Amino acid sequence: MASEWKFTIRDLAEKPDLLMPGHRACAGCGPAVTYRQILKAARGPIIATNATGCMEVVTTIYPYTAWRIPYIHTAFENVAANAAGIETALKIMKRKGRLKHDHVDVVAFAGDGGTYDIGIQALSGAAERGHDFLFVLYDNEAYMNTGIQRSGGTPHGAWTTTSPAGRVIPGKPEHKKPIGDIMVAHGIPYVATASPAYWRDLIIKARRGLEVEGPTFLHALTPCPRGWRYDTNKTIEIARLAVETCVFPLWEVIDGEYSLSAPSKAIALKPERRKPVMEYLKVQGRFRHLLTPESEYVIKEIEQVIDERWNLLLKKCGIA
Amino acid sequence: MTVVKQEVLALNGDEAVAYAVKQSDVDVVAAYPITPQTIIVERFSEYVHNGEVDTEFMCVESEHSALTACLTATATGARTFTASASAGLALMHEILYVTSGCRAPVVMAIVNRALSAPINIHGDHADSMVERDACWIQIYVENSQEAYDSTIQAFRIAEHPDILLPAMVMLDAFFLSHTLESVSVLPDETVRKFVGTRKIPLVGSHEGKSVPFKLDPENPVTMGPLDLYDYYFEHKRQQEAAMQRALQTIKQVHDEYGKISGRRYGNGLIDPYRLEDAEIAAICIGSTAGTTKVVVDQLRAKGVKAGLLRLRTYRPLPSQDLAKALENVEAVAVMDRSHSFGAHGGPIFHEVRHVLYDAPTRPQVVNYIYGLGGRDMPQTLIHEIYKDLQQVVKTKRVEKPVQFIGVRE
Repeated sequence: MASEWKFTIRDLAEKPDLLMPGHRACAGCGPAVTYRQILKAARGPIIATNATGCMEVVTTIYPYTAWRIPYIHTAFENVAANAAGIETALKIMKRKGRLKHDHVDVVAFAGDGGTYDIGIQALSGAAERGHDFLFVLYDNEAYMNTGIQRSGGTPHGAWTTTSPAGRVIPGKPEHKKPIGDIMVAHGIPYVATASPAYWRDLIIKARRGLEVEGPTFLHALTPCPRGWRYDTNKTIEIARLAVETCVFPLWEVIDGEYSLSAPSKAIALKPERRKPVMEYLKVQGRFRHLLTPESEYVIKEIEQVIDERWNLLLKKCGIA
Repeated sequence: MTVVKQEVLALNGDEAVAYAVKQSDVDVVAAYPITPQTIIVERFSEYVHNGEVDTEFMCVESEHSALTACLTATATGARTFTASASAGLALMHEILYVTSGCRAPVVMAIVNRALSAPINIHGDHADSMVERDACWIQIYVENSQEAYDSTIQAFRIAEHPDILLPAMVMLDAFFLSHTLESVSVLPDETVRKFVGTRKIPLVGSHEGKSVPFKLDPENPVTMGPLDLYDYYFEHKRQQEAAMQRALQTIKQVHDEYGKISGRRYGNGLIDPYRLEDAEIAAICIGSTAGTTKVVVDQLRAKGVKAGLLRLRTYRPLPSQDLAKALENVEAVAVMDRSHSFGAHGGPIFHEVRHVLYDAPTRPQVVNYIYGLGGRDMPQTLIHEIYKDLQQVVKTKRVEKPVQFIGVRE
């Protein structure tokens, strides 16, 4: 397991941002905050690659770039293959004495579309082959860059432009794909969930993801004011609510062993601390259509699946 | 420079390519065996597993990822190679454009095979013809010897600082890929010296510095950015300029290689056969040229002034060389082993006829679509084509400009 990296908030503040200010993300962008935090965890030379998506578009409009580190984008569905190619090139160049550095970290970023849906093949392949890189899923739960279409990561009942709140079908009929568990099932050495509301936890997990040899997977829930329909000053609040309601528990899997991270463990140990799921739903416009008596059954379905998944997680962590 | 002493090996086209890659100091090979598989990467993986090469071999989960990994490995500073065919190349389509747009000099061998449906794995140029606009250098070879020679040349052409474009070398499925041939191979050290170590040119970074064009933590560059109407067009224009420069580079590299190997294929762009005083000529690409040469010899023996022009480099199109080579020919038959459905003839026909439109003495041009899905192109059919051309010369008119030959109508 990786070394225990100690840092203070002052250390982080003094560390230069690797994603520079001036990029074109929306006000209140959850992914932008998350990227900044993750890159604070860099431990040395690092190369970044991004799938097509919001963060690719807002950080690099030629001739401008917000990236202070080497960066490449190629397409939507293949960011894990980007990382695999980079990592393999670094390995052979080192072997042939053509790499200046002793080690270079590789981090791949993709949104939910580039991970759950079109990107899962390349991700699964790279995980199976065991490339040494950190894959970061910044999950804003829909195709926000193209105009809020539903993805495999969109939660049940949510309004999107392709899962509208219709008279017959109220939002997305399906539930969120358990992507973290899918990655755990690949047998990779490190998988974790994280939230920008719990920045220390997130930065430590990003660091572990970089330090652990082999493919590692970090799933961050990154609220999007445009797509989730809330005021731009509520991003971190909503990210925190997702954890407090167990909609998005924080956990990590090290070499196959599940464990709850502190914020979720506190809830597991004292269930009365858990906030009702409704508190999370009611502050977001994407769930507003569910707040009627006719749609109450959808809320029940949402709560039921969240409870099932939470209880399953507790079992995996040896708590329940 | 004198011709180097060479060993003769019995190799099929696939093995000839694999042997060339083995000698070319390639850092990363990424490949996937989509239907249909070729032997190229099988042979190459044997070299890897037997410790005969110092190369990272990535067995990726799709052709899409194969080319992606080659692209980003190249961007990191490695020399890379992949091989594909048919459906695999079609799946790479998106990344073909990304590779040339990122100016990543990846080298790829294509075993030309038909596109599905109906599913078919035999010789047909449809797979690479649809990629002619992707800004990849395209070299079509006549035999396994040329497949070996061209693969080595392709690294030098693609990586040339004036070019920085990916290159594909095409060989016909089965006719070449699975047919044993005597292939002369250069000594390892000769090839190693010829291809050299990959040189990375300097570019201006966003920080205003001159930095190596690669993903280097000491000199960060951003590759593959969003690029809208204010710059995209200039970048595409630069790609076209590099393509045009490649005409010269392909000739130079071909000539330099010719001096050490003793083998030349025309001037590297076009490969004419008994064309100097020809009245009628056929144009084709790939292995059909071999059969056509036999027919030309037979016709010449009977006093018919027949010739052949094999188009070796299809991208960039050597339009001036084509026009010059055909200026005194009266009738030309363009043979296409693929078809552009709904168009007026096949892709090579479009371009050759287009080039000849500006010729001072414009020859008559007829198109023959032949051999789709690996249908054999025997001497008898090629004789029919030359017979048609003789008729065109006599009547001075083309009855039917686009014809399908060797097919049940």
